[in-house]
Amino acid sequence: MNLTLHVWRQKNAATKGAFVKYDARDISPDMSFLEMLDVINEELILQGQQPVAFDHDCREGICGTCGLMINGIAHGPERATTTCQLHMRHFKDGDTIYIEPWRAQAFPVIKDLVVDRSAFDRIIQAGGFVSVSTGSAPEANAMPVPKVSADQAMDAAACIGCGACVAACPNASAMLFTGAKIAHLGRLPQGQPERYERVVNMVEVMDKEGFGGCTNIGECSSACPKEISMDVIAWMNRDLLRATVAKGKQGSK
Amino acid sequence: MAIDTSVRPQTDTGRRTADFQSTTLDAKVPAGPIEDRWDTHRFNMKLVNPANKRKYTIIMVGSGLAGGSAAASLAELGYNVKCFCYQDSPRRAHSIAAQGGINAAKNYRNDGDSIYRLFYDTVKGGDFRSREANVYRLSQISVNIIDQCVAQGVPFAREYGGMLDNRSFGGAQVSRTFYARGQTGQQLLLGAYQALERQIGLGTVKMYPRTEMLDLVVVDGKAQGIVTRDMVTGKVESHAGDAVVLATGGYGNVFYLSTNAKGCNVTASWRAHRRGALFANPCYTQIHPTCIPVSGEHQSKLTLMSESLRNDGRIWVPVRKGDTRSPDQIPEGERDYYLERKYPSFGNLVPRDVASRNAKDVCDDGRGVGPGGLGVYLDFGDAIKRLGAKVVRDRYGNLFDMYERITGENPYEVPMRIYPAIHYTMGGLWVDYNLQSTIPGLYVIGEANFSDHGANRLGASALMQGLADGYFVLPYTIGDYLATLGPTKVTTAHSAFAEVEAAVNERTRQLLSINGQRTVDSFHRELGHIMWDYCGMARNDAGLKQALNRIPELRAEFWENVKVPGDGAELNQSLEKAGRVADFLELGELMCLDALHRTESCGGHFREESQTPEGEALRDDEHFAYVAAWQWNGVDRPPTLHREPLNFEYVHLTQRSYK
Repeated sequence: MNLTLHVWRQKNAATKGAFVKYDARDISPDMSFLEMLDVINEELILQGQQPVAFDHDCREGICGTCGLMINGIAHGPERATTTCQLHMRHFKDGDTIYIEPWRAQAFPVIKDLVVDRSAFDRIIQAGGFVSVSTGSAPEANAMPVPKVSADQAMDAAACIGCGACVAACPNASAMLFTGAKIAHLGRLPQGQPERYERVVNMVEVMDKEGFGGCTNIGECSSACPKEISMDVIAWMNRDLLRATVAKGKQGSK
Repeated sequence: MAIDTSVRPQTDTGRRTADFQSTTLDAKVPAGPIEDRWDTHRFNMKLVNPANKRKYTIIMVGSGLAGGSAAASLAELGYNVKCFCYQDSPRRAHSIAAQGGINAAKNYRNDGDSIYRLFYDTVKGGDFRSREANVYRLSQISVNIIDQCVAQGVPFAREYGGMLDNRSFGGAQVSRTFYARGQTGQQLLLGAYQALERQIGLGTVKMYPRTEMLDLVVVDGKAQGIVTRDMVTGKVESHAGDAVVLATGGYGNVFYLSTNAKGCNVTASWRAHRRGALFANPCYTQIHPTCIPVSGEHQSKLTLMSESLRNDGRIWVPVRKGDTRSPDQIPEGERDYYLERKYPSFGNLVPRDVASRNAKDVCDDGRGVGPGGLGVYLDFGDAIKRLGAKVVRDRYGNLFDMYERITGENPYEVPMRIYPAIHYTMGGLWVDYNLQSTIPGLYVIGEANFSDHGANRLGASALMQGLADGYFVLPYTIGDYLATLGPTKVTTAHSAFAEVEAAVNERTRQLLSINGQRTVDSFHRELGHIMWDYCGMARNDAGLKQALNRIPELRAEFWENVKVPGDGAELNQSLEKAGRVADFLELGELMCLDALHRTESCGGHFREESQTPEGEALRDDEHFAYVAAWQWNGVDRPPTLHREPLNFEYVHLTQRSYK
């Protein structure tokens, strides 16, 4: 099939970008979206032009590296699907497709469709872990974990850190991402000792990085390729409230 | 030692002729009963005084299960760590894609598992081509890994009583595999990543994401640093340290199509090899039988589906060559259920390599199905009739969904098409018992080394090995090296760094200036075809010789006709790929050479000349019970073969059979 692409091109963070039109010819419906871009890039290279830079790695939907705004939808039209797992059979011959990078103040564009998501790493650095140094762990079965807790922790831990939630949110909020880590660790007994310190520190860094607040729109969850539920945001807010109240009580003593 | 500054492989002048002597390698395995060796060794190793650890800098290249866990653990001990990864975050390393699980000899099922049994199974599964002492240590440490990961908050599957759940995996007779749904690799990696981020936050690890190691710096025979390229700015930079650790994964992408991530590459290992590290058993590659077939020339990677599908699916192809009817139009009598026919007792559940080779045979015979005839049917029709669609959905629903997402075909209605794909490489840089390569101060961990899997890796063992190396082996053994040596005085001001940097810059300049007619990918794809055809599932003398003729030709054409647009001082993905493919073009030749020299079949290495009357892999223990470790002598000069003899004191050599 033949498609018309409007691809965001931007030389680097310092220069302004713009859409550039490309004709994609003889695209097979069996190609993935990224394979379609591979084909375009091969043609561009042979024509002596700069290929389109985009992030990608595992191409099986788990590493979280890829992520494109496709016709204004994070990861494109298919639910629960990363860009690398989206296939061209979901488009029609003659379609026009707009391809953009994630847009958020906290995710500056590096080049073309590549953005800098290191703010996510800094949120994890602030407390997205259990402080247990190698060698100090007790016997694995010493502490039983209810199956329901383990399953719910796993639901939240499935986050791949792709940033689609931020890109989809009109406020560019990172609360689904941050809440997912807080809920994952908070649901497990291992995460209890640092539970309230964690939420305070992670939220503080999240705000400092320039992500917006949550206004309960739900775009994050519907764009999420792992279908992380908005419950994690409620969990995070509840923990934050508890932590703040506890801190306030301590302060008044 | 002279620094090799040659940049173009063709102009490489090689090394001292004295190095050409073939030697017997000493793995430095401690003496004594196998169950005491690691303990004894740990006591005998020197320790670095806690107050002195901060005086040492360790360079960690790679941040997957091995590199991430090692960087975090070393920083916890007090060392300064500089950690490098090509991805935009350490959380994206390809360990994340491992699905099945991680083995540990916990014996929680009370089903007779033990450290010794895990050791035994792993040595046997490796087809008697691994080092017994390493495997025993791996089995011992496996139990500590689970403890550590649980404490980190890895959400392993649980039973209703709150205890950890296990499953049997890869044909093991005991249930020793721990798992987190189908995302065990992801969860273990995130555990290591979070431990690493904690150390980055504390300032003990300096992280360099989007940074690629392009060469190793050796000073006076010791690894003292690396030269890297910042993939965003293009800046080439030197980093000095007291030791360098490579945790850079496997080299399966030499085949172009594999289940590896697109960025996986051999460059760090290969550059170290060119600087003197021996490369062991490069021909040992593992093929996974149940991957989604190639749909066309545009195919960029292959996706694996769990082997559990073979429990209920029946594998077949049409009896007649070139039969293009749709599968529902082919009557029962015109179908060849070739595995059930050839292996009546194991049927569709024969081991990975046997299933893979047979799929290739029927496709070579012109009976393959789907685009290009490279596929076989995996049919659930009978299972759905017998069990009902609901039971099949409960068992395999997520896999069926994934298949449909990629192929657009509904496997409840039409048979799946599958084909084997490369997915793990057992070979890698040679290391001794301490995980040190033949260059002092250069350590290699995880899939990047060759050590524990022999000629074939068992399911759920890759995660175990990566974390064993990173959490519990390297932190001890590297301390012994550092304590013996004392803090180094070498800084990046040493002339060796300037020389290596100049060589790296010159190579980049070369790649950018050729401005030929072919893209990097087109060369990579062609190399992949050669490797797959002649050094893939089945290998023979004539084919390997043909590959050994074609690869140097292709390499020569690459250096004359590749087209790399853009410049070096920016984010340039074509340039990144070009450097990696240039190294694959050298590695591929070594793999074929290794496969040619090893005239036996073992594990993932199947030489057609060496098979039992039933068509099974036939080892030649008399002549090949050794590790083949190759020394680089320059492009277009044959490498030197060094041998590490393998002695089996505990697990006795046997031949396997699946009839």
